[in-house]
Amino acid sequence: MSATAVHSLWTTAADPISKIDAPKIEYGQLSPTLIVIGAAIVGVLIEALVPRKSRYYAQVFVSVVALAAAFAAVVALAAGGYGTTKAHIAAMGAIAVDGPSLFLQGTILLAGILGVFTFAERRLDPEVHGNRVDSFAAQAASVPGSDSEKAAVKAGFTTTEVFPLLLFAIGGMLVFPSANDLLTLFVALEVFSLPLYLLCAVARRKRLMSQEAAVKYFLLGAFASAITLFGIALLYGYAGSVSYATIAQVVDGTITNVDPALAGTMGNDALLLIGAAMVVMGLLFKVGAVPFHMWTPDVYQGAPTPVTGFMAAATKVAAFGALLRLLYVVLPGLRWDWRPVMWAVAIVTMLGGAIVAITQTDIKRLLAYSSIAHAGFILAGVIATSPDGVSSVLFYLGAYSFVTIGAFAVVTLVRDAGGEATHLSKWAGLGRRSPLVAAVFAVFLLAFAGIPLTSGFAGKFAVFKAAAEGGAGALVVVGVISSAIAAFFYIRVIVLMFFSEPRPEGPTVAVPSPLTMTAIAVGVAVTLVLGVAPQYFLDLAGQAGVFVR
Amino acid sequence: MENLIALLIAAPLLGAVVLLCGGRRLDAVGHWIGTALAATSFVIGIVLFADMLGKNAEHRAISQYLFSWIPVGSFQADVSFQLDQLSMTFVLLITGVGSLIHLYSVGYMEHDERRRRFFGYLNLFLAAMLLLVLADNYLLLYVGWEGVGLASYLLIGFWQHKPSAATAAKKAFLVNRVGDMGLSIAIMVMFTTFGTFAFGPVFDSVGKTGEGKLTAIGLLLLLAACGKSAQVPLQSWLGDAMEGPTPVSALIHAATMVTAGVYLIVRSGAIFNAAPDAQLVVTVVGAVTLLFGAIVGCAKDDIKKALAGSTMSQIGYMVLAAGLGPIGYVFAIMHLVTHGFFKAGLFLGAGSVMHGMNDEVDMRKYGGLRTYMPVTFVTFGLGYLAIIGFPGLSGFFSKDKIIEAAFAKGGTEGWILGGAALLGAAITAFYMTRVMIMTFFGEKRWQPDTEGHEPHPHESPRSMTIPMIVLAFGSVFAGGLFSIGDSFVHWLEPVTGHSEGNSPVSALTVTLATMVLLVVGAGIAYAQYGRRPVPVVAPRGSLLTRAARRDLLQDDFNHVVLVRGGEHLTRSLVYVDHTLVDGVVNGTAASMGGLSGRLRKLQNGYARSYAVSMFGGAAILIAATLLMRAV
Repeated sequence: MSATAVHSLWTTAADPISKIDAPKIEYGQLSPTLIVIGAAIVGVLIEALVPRKSRYYAQVFVSVVALAAAFAAVVALAAGGYGTTKAHIAAMGAIAVDGPSLFLQGTILLAGILGVFTFAERRLDPEVHGNRVDSFAAQAASVPGSDSEKAAVKAGFTTTEVFPLLLFAIGGMLVFPSANDLLTLFVALEVFSLPLYLLCAVARRKRLMSQEAAVKYFLLGAFASAITLFGIALLYGYAGSVSYATIAQVVDGTITNVDPALAGTMGNDALLLIGAAMVVMGLLFKVGAVPFHMWTPDVYQGAPTPVTGFMAAATKVAAFGALLRLLYVVLPGLRWDWRPVMWAVAIVTMLGGAIVAITQTDIKRLLAYSSIAHAGFILAGVIATSPDGVSSVLFYLGAYSFVTIGAFAVVTLVRDAGGEATHLSKWAGLGRRSPLVAAVFAVFLLAFAGIPLTSGFAGKFAVFKAAAEGGAGALVVVGVISSAIAAFFYIRVIVLMFFSEPRPEGPTVAVPSPLTMTAIAVGVAVTLVLGVAPQYFLDLAGQAGVFVR
Repeated sequence: MENLIALLIAAPLLGAVVLLCGGRRLDAVGHWIGTALAATSFVIGIVLFADMLGKNAEHRAISQYLFSWIPVGSFQADVSFQLDQLSMTFVLLITGVGSLIHLYSVGYMEHDERRRRFFGYLNLFLAAMLLLVLADNYLLLYVGWEGVGLASYLLIGFWQHKPSAATAAKKAFLVNRVGDMGLSIAIMVMFTTFGTFAFGPVFDSVGKTGEGKLTAIGLLLLLAACGKSAQVPLQSWLGDAMEGPTPVSALIHAATMVTAGVYLIVRSGAIFNAAPDAQLVVTVVGAVTLLFGAIVGCAKDDIKKALAGSTMSQIGYMVLAAGLGPIGYVFAIMHLVTHGFFKAGLFLGAGSVMHGMNDEVDMRKYGGLRTYMPVTFVTFGLGYLAIIGFPGLSGFFSKDKIIEAAFAKGGTEGWILGGAALLGAAITAFYMTRVMIMTFFGEKRWQPDTEGHEPHPHESPRSMTIPMIVLAFGSVFAGGLFSIGDSFVHWLEPVTGHSEGNSPVSALTVTLATMVLLVVGAGIAYAQYGRRPVPVVAPRGSLLTRAARRDLLQDDFNHVVLVRGGEHLTRSLVYVDHTLVDGVVNGTAASMGGLSGRLRKLQNGYARSYAVSMFGGAAILIAATLLMRAV
């Protein structure tokens, strides 16, 4: 080798690496997520630095302020036109800032605020050793029934870590529906899933059940994540990219140049179809669609009820958001392949949820199956593949999340010596003893059933209308039939509450603090407002219904 | 001026709201509030009338647009009013007679605890009736139509503590539903045919529409008219409606509401003119009813029911006239107005008699009342002379014209209709003379009531006699006033149109024939009731009399045909429902429950089987996706 050649090699090697540009990050547009994640980190620091006595107050304060600020940021972005005209893809193609993102982020943040309220409730359980307690274990790490648990209870410990965990989960959920590449999607999935697994495990009562639920959720969740990840790998093999836009273009055939490194796989439709099916399956697991729903009842029942309420509402919002984006942005070219499959999934989900719910005897399991049926209804809107379909799903998710949080908040109020009295037989005659609570719960049940003048009707109507116009008339028929089946068990609970004799050893209804009261009141108010005058919000969802590509 | 139209309705509506929502605080003054607001409406009516008289005939119709009520695409319903000569006539009749009857009720209802509510209902009735005649489209008319139905229901059942009153109210309501259905379907057909239901556009497009459609609309409108105006076959409710307080019978079930059907037919003249078949049915219904009502009126011993039969019969005259087309429209309305005066007067007289006789209604227990109630006797007597068509009084002019018009229809139909109308006049003379004699002449046949109180007949207070006197003036002079120089014909002609027709018999012949029959009818009545003592207990009577006492078996007919048939139908439907429908439903429910129980077992709590389910699901999902592509 000549000296010059060697020299040139050296100089090439020494060529300044500074040519790699720093990524351009639009901090303003990402501010909702950044605020929440930042607050979660502050929450961790609080756990480390603030004295035990003050942690609860500090955590609640930080959480509420951060979520409110993030919501304000979402509103500001929407007002600034980022939902419509200025919608674009930020953070080097990783995050989409558009109408559906902002709408869903706003919904998740509001659900999060109500979630914090129910998490922070400390008046329902009687005081233990002079300390007020919430729904969470004194010390999650202590073995149930052990001496260390007793010591922790006696010392008045509380698991204030739930607040930063909640914030982390919300942070992940904010990213999930706006992720614009498959890796961001997967990271967001894990960021919101892991805190939820933990949260499920920290119930104060029935700890073993709670831990069992968490383990099941974790195992099955990990399984689903693995399948998702495998699917992502296959899609990368197909398109040579994880970016939504690029994959879509390869599917459409607008990009044809093959990355030499992937010459063996690129453009192979089998990879595309299998990969897409696996990624979609991971999302269907999160929304609780049949046959990936089996974790739902066990986890909903075992998790602390405030966690269940939050999880049922916000996870569904985030996961449906991601599913919408995936199907509408990445895979519209595959519409004729995925639609029939999703049809089938929607049908078995609607019918399965509704039918199995009939024989449930536990109110939390009942609501779990109800959430499965609702996932089916929302899928019907997803299948519409039209702008109306998107906006109807957005509206449905907003309406549904408030009803869900409110309903689970009511469940926390009905208690007996063993904590929450979730067995349905104990709810008999509740309407005689606590007419107000029973009436509020009846409103939520009617909304679940989709009775007019509640948000449930407006949402269901919008979704079914979009589905029918999108050529899925048969799906609507099945939807209406399963609504009828579902109405049976909702109404049965109302009948039980109002027309049955109260049992002598029946539960008492605890008087909650203003926190839970606010959550329930907001739930009722939103349910009725969206039911009586849905048009403004339908319009809002309609404006927000366009994905940026 | 146009802006006053809404005030016509607003005044009594305000009264209804204030009186019905005001509560007990208004008990002391409520009746005067109601009367004052009715009178206010009358004064506004007079002002509008004066204004209208000052204009040329073709500029008299005015209208007022209030707001767009239901704007849905091509379906445009406005709340707007139209005041032409026809509406004006009704406005004056409704508010004028209405105000008098309010005044009368102040005395008549003096001892009723719920007098405030009664006046609230009366005001509600006035508002609805005015809406009915002022609406410029069929949909708004329908609102008024249902409104008067509601007021009628509430007032018939006003003494709801009496089971008979409650039943009568329900009966009136139900029978009217049948008619209302006709109107609502007619409106729907109109909308599909013409694309609108506003009077002007509908009547303008009649020429472009096939006769079949128009006949259908006409018959449906006739059905509506039959319900509201108690025409055969929907006549059965009117007799029972007399359970309501007498002022109600006078105002609603004699002078105004029951004539709404006539208004509807005359207002829809453009449609009927183009549908001769429908017109023929209208005349037949009118002719049948005028005889039906008259026969029923002959047999009733209850003074109010006798008058109710008479009302039915007189409205039959109006419907007959309205069915004759342009020959008869004007006279239908003219008879409607004169009838409004004398029949309201007769009812108020009957109320006055009852007031003095411990609320006794059986004429067989009256007799010789003329000396005890001179004012009532004279006013009732003038009403009597008017209704039988005594020369020079109101009924003479209006009824005579209808009989002439019936003959003028021409052909066999003309002879049949004219003959029926003539026969009706004779029967009218008979039954009215009978009422007159049994009530005011002959022996005293009073008996103590069930609690043993001997009646002490006396003249009614001033507030009751004044309206009777005013109405008596109307009964005497209205007909003449309308006929001098054909003033009423010229007044209404721009709205309804008018033609003389071509009568095979001269007007004089008709008048003479009427006179002869009148004398015959009255003479028979005198021979039967004046020269012989009236038995206190009704004799068994002939088959016809017995049938007439039972309203010519109308209720029996309805019972056998409709009620029994309905019961059988319901029973068989219930059977089908229980066995077939419930069987399917319960079977489905049971199988759902069973399915649910079985599916539930899949949820066994083991994470491993959940994972298997997910794995299987994923496999199916992938396979199905691939399969879709392969297909």
